Amino acid sequence: MKAGAMKLDWTRNETLVALVILGFCTAAAISDPGFLSLATLTDLLRGGIVLGIFAVAALIVLISGGIDVSFTAVAAFTMYVTAMILNAALPWLPWWAALAFGMAVGACLGAVNGVLIAFFGLPTLIVTLGTMSIFRGTMLTFIGQKQITTLPPGMRDFGRMMLLRGENADGSFYSLHGAFVVTVLVVMLTWTILHRTMLGRQIFAIGGSEESARRIGINVRKVQFFVYIYVGALAGLAGIIHASMARVANPFDLVGLELSVIAAVVLGGARLAGGHGTLTGTILGVALIVLVRNSLIVLGIPSTWQSVTIGCLILLGTGLPAWQAKRAAARAA
Amino acid sequence: MSARSAAQPSAVSRLTASTEGRLAVIAVAVFLGMALMSPDKFLSVQNLTSMAFQFPEFAILALAMTITMLTGGIDLSVVGIANMTAIIAALILTRATGSGDGWGVLAFALSASVAVGLLAGLFNGILIAKLGLPPILATLGSGLIFTGIAIAMTGGSAVMGFPAATAWIGNSTILGIPAPVILFALLAIGISLLLTRTGFGIKLRMFGANPLAARYAAIDIDAMLIRVYMLSGALAAVSGMVVMSRANSAKADYGSSYLLLAVLIAVLGGVNPYGGYGRVIGVVLAVLSMQFLSSGMNMLQVSNFARELIWGTLLIFVMVMNTWRTRPRNA
Repeated sequence: MKAGAMKLDWTRNETLVALVILGFCTAAAISDPGFLSLATLTDLLRGGIVLGIFAVAALIVLISGGIDVSFTAVAAFTMYVTAMILNAALPWLPWWAALAFGMAVGACLGAVNGVLIAFFGLPTLIVTLGTMSIFRGTMLTFIGQKQITTLPPGMRDFGRMMLLRGENADGSFYSLHGAFVVTVLVVMLTWTILHRTMLGRQIFAIGGSEESARRIGINVRKVQFFVYIYVGALAGLAGIIHASMARVANPFDLVGLELSVIAAVVLGGARLAGGHGTLTGTILGVALIVLVRNSLIVLGIPSTWQSVTIGCLILLGTGLPAWQAKRAAARAA
Repeated sequence: MSARSAAQPSAVSRLTASTEGRLAVIAVAVFLGMALMSPDKFLSVQNLTSMAFQFPEFAILALAMTITMLTGGIDLSVVGIANMTAIIAALILTRATGSGDGWGVLAFALSASVAVGLLAGLFNGILIAKLGLPPILATLGSGLIFTGIAIAMTGGSAVMGFPAATAWIGNSTILGIPAPVILFALLAIGISLLLTRTGFGIKLRMFGANPLAARYAAIDIDAMLIRVYMLSGALAAVSGMVVMSRANSAKADYGSSYLLLAVLIAVLGGVNPYGGYGRVIGVVLAVLSMQFLSSGMNMLQVSNFARELIWGTLLIFVMVMNTWRTRPRNA
């Protein structure tokens, strides 16, 4: 396997997903030459901003051997409550402080998951299913159900921030939102944590085998607690960005996205059993899902077939490696 | 049962020692609590029958979830299967209305939908048993495909206009008992017998408790898993029929909140999501607690969203209680 760095490793999901993306783009470019434009690229990047942050959050939980379905509820709760609090009490907060405020709210909600998972030892799927209902129910029952259409000034400023903006030859506009930088920073920070700190090694170790990790002296509870707080903070950040970009805080947004995000991460090679997963794969997985959502129509496939396509991709992306592993195991036995 | 008849002093502690016993206490407590808070409304015949019409559709999905969880798996495609099969049945019912009073068409539509449910389950089973996909991912992906097929067949709009006989499944009463309840009771008893009295049920729980040991015991695991997911698919199809009959229409996005509800009920009912343990009686008690809670809250004019909040709280409360009793495994 190691021989020849240029040789493609067919057993890796990343290779598979990258090839599917390449194939998709080639086919799209053939059926519509206008596909290969700056506008398509910026649309793709724009679609990946919030989804990308969610995916990084989902990745780190999967690596630690858990699964989190509550992060979209955390994001919705955070954006709604933050918009409300900032409007009522702290309208003078600048945009970066609004983002930080959202991260803090999200981290607090993540801590609820953390306590239940790390200290009570409950199964992660069940806990996050429960807290998802609790966060959403609390928000809609006690806080409000109406959209907030006038966002606090900080979030409004952030919503207007553009990295680049321009006009195509055909007169259509394209733009790239400044929040893209935040997503890039999140990816870099997470990469540093996972691959350049002891904490990152410990997260991988727990995902590989919790019992072994405990026996070599890792404080499993502390690491798990950190993971869920970090995920909460990222989800909160994604929530604020979503509201700022949409220029409205709608409490019914985002929830329902969680399984697509997890699908994107798994497509990129993360394993549900824990201990495996890369940021490269995750980014590729997100790119593929966004591509299918935005551009399936270019290939002449009607958008009603979108979920069939995503479903097939998930089965293909997880089925091939699983089947190869099964064959390898059968050969070894 | 036995705990109630036993007149020993330890009756209470024996009752609360098992998950099912604690659930029975919760179900009775919720019922009494709601009855005390609004006795004239909650105990009215009207409310009791409306509750009885409401719960079977998601209770049947919870049964499907239970059998897959017993093997350590999960079936996230149940709602997709239910909607897809309901739409197929609905299309049959709307196309072939000319002949007779509709009973023949209804019977054909029902068998077609259960057959499609079995096929969908077979697809899941092959993915999981033969190709070795993790059940969560296999059924997540196939669920999207089934929902997608349902959308593609209808363009996303509702199918309606059935012969009158269709209403019989979801809206009629037999000897004063709502038909969906009878259907659910029959299915629950059937599944319970299947799990406790047949070799298949024993193998299924053995596999859930320890897959490796089951393999060494020469159980044909692939065949067993395929049958489990086929059964789950058929149950989902039956649930889809009940929803279709009650709503008098079929649509690709009906009952999307039922998926999490079904998982929640199974876990609340004491089914171990890692496999190996679970009893139908626990699931039934969990269903009843949920229905008492939501109907009671309806009476008290609590919003729908508060229901979600209370379900989540109940789930976590029961999980904490269960681990508290058995000591955190610390593993």
